[in-house]
Amino acid sequence: MRLHIDRTACDGRGLCAELLPELLESDEWGFPMARGSSGVPEELTRAARRAVDRCPKLAFHLAPGS
Amino acid sequence: MTSDALWFVGRGSGVISLVLLTVVVALGIGARSGRTPFDLPRFAVNLLHRNAALTAIVFLAAHIISLLIDPLAPITIFDAIFPFSSTYRPFWQGLGTLGMELMAAILLTTLFRHRLGARGWRAVHWLAYLCWPVALAHGLGTGSDNNTWWLWAITMICLAAVAAAVFWRVSPRFDPPRRRVAVRPFEEVR
Amino acid sequence: MTTVAEPRLLGEPVEAYVPKLDPKQVIDLARQAGLTGRGGAGFPVGRKLAAVAATGRPAMVIANGAEGEPGSEKDRYLLTHQPHLVLDGLQLVARACHASALFLYAPPAALEPVRRALWDRRREAVSVRLAPAPSTFVAGEASAAAAAVVGGGAIPADKMVRLAKREMPTLVQNVETLAHLALVARHGAEWFRTRGTQDEPGTFLATVGGAVVNPQVVEAGYGVPLGELLAAAGGPSGPLSAVLVGGYHGGWVPADPELPVSRAGLDSYGATPGAGVVTALPASSCGLRETARIVEYLAGQVSGQCGPCLNGLPRMASALSDLAHHRIWLGMTSEVDRLRGLVTGRGACHHPDATARLIGSAMRMFHEDVTAHLKGECVAR
Repeated sequence: MRLHIDRTACDGRGLCAELLPELLESDEWGFPMARGSSGVPEELTRAARRAVDRCPKLAFHLAPGS
Repeated sequence: MTSDALWFVGRGSGVISLVLLTVVVALGIGARSGRTPFDLPRFAVNLLHRNAALTAIVFLAAHIISLLIDPLAPITIFDAIFPFSSTYRPFWQGLGTLGMELMAAILLTTLFRHRLGARGWRAVHWLAYLCWPVALAHGLGTGSDNNTWWLWAITMICLAAVAAAVFWRVSPRFDPPRRRVAVRPFEEVR
Repeated sequence: MTTVAEPRLLGEPVEAYVPKLDPKQVIDLARQAGLTGRGGAGFPVGRKLAAVAATGRPAMVIANGAEGEPGSEKDRYLLTHQPHLVLDGLQLVARACHASALFLYAPPAALEPVRRALWDRRREAVSVRLAPAPSTFVAGEASAAAAAVVGGGAIPADKMVRLAKREMPTLVQNVETLAHLALVARHGAEWFRTRGTQDEPGTFLATVGGAVVNPQVVEAGYGVPLGELLAAAGGPSGPLSAVLVGGYHGGWVPADPELPVSRAGLDSYGATPGAGVVTALPASSCGLRETARIVEYLAGQVSGQCGPCLNGLPRMASALSDLAHHRIWLGMTSEVDRLRGLVTGRGACHHPDATARLIGSAMRMFHEDVTAHLKGECVAR
């Protein structure tokens, strides 16, 4: 699975970066930024799903692929 | 359970539900800030908002069920479905039914919000600002405790909490989300 | 042969002619010809058609002539000069992907000749809807075009689901691409490959402007030496310091007459032929000032949807403008580099990426100028 952020919907609320600090950080404006690739390792899938569920703008997605 | 016990459960769960709803609404208003209240992490505020809401719904269910099965409470299933149809204080009791139905709408749309889309979900979520005052009025108007100092005190504290959240929301100290300028309308540049 | 001679698209205006080909034949022709998109991205047409056809659902097909790029004229010129070729191509791709709706999306002025051409073709049972395009920079982006033709705002959309795989599969092709396809259907894939290079076959339309004697739209094979392109527009009007290839989303290359204008030839400069905009910079102009002006324009054309682009582009523009106008502060060049990294890959469309790339190419191309500016000087004469 890989992370997909709908940048047109994202408002920079920052929940995803808090819930997935392994994969994301917030930039200076509060918008999520991938630390490396957008691939989600197996052991972080659950945390990623939680971040998808908690995004207040529904901008955060898990998409198939790597 | 005796009718007395049911009567206490009915009143108690109603009051607890109202207090929890107040927490939910206050956190909901605060969650839009760039700074969270008490510098909590944002996901913590978010989870507290959600879990308080779910707990409020559990207590609301207890409130309705206990009063329905209480033989002395003058409420029927019919009254719990159709607002303002009750024979006992139809207006104030009807507010309770209305509030419950608004909460049901908010709950269902939130459960399916990923399928519904952000816009539709948000539109329904705004009903919370109608739901909460309706619940508050219902508590004061219907409750047989409405002459007691403690119910008035709780109601006032709830009111103050939400007022404080609104006040903070509109104050200049409220740090709006980082971005949003609205999508710039495209003027012709030629 | 890679000369400017023998125009194809810019030859005599042609009448409507759509050979009877089945969907597979159209896709095979595009593949064999090696035809790529002429709107800027250069994606293989055959693959795009096949992806839309593979959905098996009726598609929406858009001929894109929005051309928001300020330096580009070629799509408007083509629609005026050869509207039938564009419409032929549109009908061919419509057939290839079982289109249920056909649109031609272009600035209002460019729709007029198309309207007349459609009147000529009124006996054909094909309906093409004309959609006016606003003159903003991002209006020509594929998902912006797809939104605009159905009455939405001409702004890019998120692409988790690709256009080709949407509920209603959507194919957006540049008008020049369609005209090339119509010629391939007439003369065959082999004929098409007699111009251009082995890897990048065919001709392309270039809008040659800036410091040239006769700015105009020129047709040439890929790989044409830069000097020949400039000569076709009357040659440089004086000494040049650099040439911007690919427009505002392109890159700076040296004014080397031998430089082949093709993906392969421009790659080492981080540029591509893009949509064929070639702008010559006179030696008397400062490349940094020119780039700062362009980036300021691009920052003003942000649609405002994506945070990194909305916040990052104005910051890059102001840092670059400071450098261009000798308002020097500590670490300004590394700040520009940092911001470029910060916006790249973080928009729904490529607007931030391409802007960052343009700045990168300017910093390389004009590196002596950067050093001079940091010292309060300028190399422009």
